[in-house]
Amino acid sequence: MTATIRLQQEPFDAATEARALTHGRTNIGAVVTFTGICRGDENGEPIAGLTLEHYPGMAEAEIARHVEAAERRWSLLGVTVIHRFGRIAPGEDIVLVVTASSHRQDAFAAAEFLMDYLKTRAPFWKRVERAASGGSWVDAKTSDDAAADRWIKKPGHDQAAE
Amino acid sequence: MKVLYFAWVRERIGKPEEDVAPPASVATVGDLITWLSGRGEGYAHAFENPRVIRAAIDRAHVRADAAIAGAREIAFFPPMTGG
Repeated sequence: MTATIRLQQEPFDAATEARALTHGRTNIGAVVTFTGICRGDENGEPIAGLTLEHYPGMAEAEIARHVEAAERRWSLLGVTVIHRFGRIAPGEDIVLVVTASSHRQDAFAAAEFLMDYLKTRAPFWKRVERAASGGSWVDAKTSDDAAADRWIKKPGHDQAAE
Repeated sequence: MKVLYFAWVRERIGKPEEDVAPPASVATVGDLITWLSGRGEGYAHAFENPRVIRAAIDRAHVRADAAIAGAREIAFFPPMTGG
């Protein structure tokens, strides 16, 4: 399987990344592309932007562990994960997950699995800049933990995704 | 061993990383949190609610009861908010 994992400050182009994954291949029947975008508000309050801090080295390793877990669980022909760090303005892309498979179910499920785990297990932290009240760190959401937990098979769940 | 701090843990302690040499009685990640908390006001503030603190040893997630023997790099951070 083709796996690409990149952490970068600069923007990415989702269409280019999806094309790169499928280019010249005829065994791929489905590509799912998910893009996470910086909203202009947080909890109903307008924001000036986000700053994403990450743990270099561990972030790549943690994403790679989850890409491997996805590969064991579904029939995948390619995965690309790109996560930006540094300052991101409202409307800009933050994260990209592209999954390719022969049939759509595997690509859909793997993309959702990877996003749920990126939210709760990849070492990134968002700091919000507010025009009105200064900056603050974004609190983790219990709904994101619940979303990640639903992928844990019981009993005998996938330890590698822990 | 090298200790790394991220996000508000880093801000409260006032530095991104440092080398520490805890006594032998500090055996687990939880012990290390308690020991670090005694190093000053910023540390005590960062670790005031140890249950929300996440930790990694050599770039892999661990729980508070994980042994720190042989660890080269231990990181402490808040719950993650990427994606």
